[in-house]
Amino acid sequence: MLVRKRFLAMGAGLAITGLALSGCAGAGSTSSAAKSVTLTLATVNNPQMKDMEQLKGSFEKDNPGVKVNFVQMEEGDLRAAVTADVASGAGQYDVVTVGAYEVPQWGAQGWLTDLTDNLKADKSYDVGDILQPVRDALSSGGKQYAVPFYGESSILMYNKEMFAKAGLTMSDHPTWQEVAAAAKVLNTPEHAGICLRGKPGWGDLFAPLTTVVQTFGGAWYDENWKAQVNAPPFVEGVQFYVDLLKAAGEKDPVSNSFTECLNQLQSGKVAMWYDASVAASILEDPKTSAVAGKMGYVHAPVYKTKESGWLWSWNLAVPKTSKNADAAVKFVKWATSKDYQQLVGKTLGWTRVPPGARTSTYSIPEYKTAAAAFAPITLDVMNSVNPKQPGLNPQPWVGIQYVTIPEFQDVGNQVAQLVADAIAGRTTVKEALDKGQVIAQAAGDKQKK
Amino acid sequence: MRKTRGTLITTLTWFLVALFFFPIGWMVFTSLKSEGDAASIPPKFLATLNFDQYAIVFDRGMGSYLMNSFTASIGSTLLVLLLAIPAAYALSIRPIKSVKDVLFFFISTRFLPAAASILPVFFILKALGALDNITALGLLYAAMNLPIAVWMMRSFYNEVPMEIVEAAQVDGASLRVELTRVVLPILLPGIAAVALICFIFSWNEYFLATLLTTFQARTTPPFLASFVDGRGQFLAVLSAASTLAVLPVIIAGWVAQKQLVRGLAMGAVK
Repeated sequence: MLVRKRFLAMGAGLAITGLALSGCAGAGSTSSAAKSVTLTLATVNNPQMKDMEQLKGSFEKDNPGVKVNFVQMEEGDLRAAVTADVASGAGQYDVVTVGAYEVPQWGAQGWLTDLTDNLKADKSYDVGDILQPVRDALSSGGKQYAVPFYGESSILMYNKEMFAKAGLTMSDHPTWQEVAAAAKVLNTPEHAGICLRGKPGWGDLFAPLTTVVQTFGGAWYDENWKAQVNAPPFVEGVQFYVDLLKAAGEKDPVSNSFTECLNQLQSGKVAMWYDASVAASILEDPKTSAVAGKMGYVHAPVYKTKESGWLWSWNLAVPKTSKNADAAVKFVKWATSKDYQQLVGKTLGWTRVPPGARTSTYSIPEYKTAAAAFAPITLDVMNSVNPKQPGLNPQPWVGIQYVTIPEFQDVGNQVAQLVADAIAGRTTVKEALDKGQVIAQAAGDKQKK
Repeated sequence: MRKTRGTLITTLTWFLVALFFFPIGWMVFTSLKSEGDAASIPPKFLATLNFDQYAIVFDRGMGSYLMNSFTASIGSTLLVLLLAIPAAYALSIRPIKSVKDVLFFFISTRFLPAAASILPVFFILKALGALDNITALGLLYAAMNLPIAVWMMRSFYNEVPMEIVEAAQVDGASLRVELTRVVLPILLPGIAAVALICFIFSWNEYFLATLLTTFQARTTPPFLASFVDGRGQFLAVLSAASTLAVLPVIIAGWVAQKQLVRGLAMGAVK
């Protein structure tokens, strides 16, 4: 009995001592004794973020005593980890990479530091240089809660050689009907006419599909949060997308998202691709792309609206719970400054400057030369889109390919699965969207309360 | 006839081995390609091979993530063995009252999905200041694996001939001597099997590691996922990181192969 008690006590003691000891040596973000600050930054693993990690030494050199640790995560993991941390007030992260979808919601919840006054007061930062549609998307109640690290819209990319061979031309502002007609001509046993995302997910399939729906006159909700998922314009847009994929799309579209379509375009397996504008910089890299110099880029295809591109940005924000808010804000401003863009260009190459965040980026002579194939259209499209009203009718949220309510991730994922079933031929578009209407309405009803 | 049958079985065995090995072989092959070649359609079999992707993985600091995985996996496995060996003894060789109830209690702790308990765990660790702490993660892994280990160990104990245990007791062996000098040597293959399974479960654990660690205690699985790039190509570098991540498990399995086969044959798969 005594032996057992001793054994238990020893085990418990060991565990607690271990916890305490490792806690002392663990993740402490500050060390007041040495007056040093360690910032922990949670981010996605996009190329621009990897470049930031590579260059962080420059910030650390200019700010002695400040060290920045990068925690790179897969996009879904980042959302889960940062949401848990910020919502619980755990304060593990000093800087977080947040998508445009979350920023206004988290800002309104009081989870993020309000940067408005700080940014305005710093003349050298020049907050007015940030693209206005992006600033609109990152604000809530007139307050700016994050700054864009890089931004993107959606454009149509096409293989000029394939078009020339087929005797086709592409206009700068094509309609979806023109694109569908060209895709059918270009659809051969060697290559598909067009690659469009079909992988279920609000950020996968429904990113391009929502823009198609909007230009067909549809929307997720009307001004009073009444779901519009089985309304005629929404159905017409989705039906068009599904029919186009069936007639001239890539093989097995429900398996494909950004990376898969990128690979197929680079391998000459598709003639056109409608997706994120940032893809152009990858396609034009002669080291990795077999189609560099052979591609053309035009505005997102339209039907009833003048523009139809989406708007997305990865942004840097400082959680309210950060114990090193001053240093964190300083880092955020450094990483989104004009000087940082110069640093990237001079150190890593001008095509690697983060696009879609600042207007002045597109005036840098070296960048204009290096990114001549895609820079002008990226700026043009990003300034043309309207996140306040992307479709034909007014909407009660700011955002294009998403609805800024917490329920949208779940709604978008579920409806995307239903539409993917329609793409795979397991159901009809009408049946899928009738079910989707019920799912969307349940979320819409919560906004009315 | 018998020879033909033997040849057929051998051929089938090799076919199955090749089938199981193919994904691993393909992963290693992909890890030696460039990103462009790894993503090409159809796949390139005559690509230029090099170790560039491995250099990228080590530049990202994989060593510290591997070290954290080793610490959590080995630490939790040792703790599990320390607790499971005597616990299973009390449920088999010298059974306590209500053995079935105790066994059910052990396994019932596995009924609740980790996702359902993550928030309370998160808040408890936050209150203890033990978020991003490798010891806390190791303790959670030990708690996670202990029920399975107790069940497995009990089935191994049941295989021990009671005559040997009784003979030791007749000779006046104490509980400690009976356990350490008589029973444990017979159980070694079973212990090896339990240890390897606990090690693998801890090594591969993803969900808790992603949500409960940030930088200091980050383990290999979330590090691997961080190579998934939403806006670019990542197959080659992810394959390189994955190849390095599976090596310890393969080596551990290889080293313990002989004991494992005996251990699994002892009754672990009952």
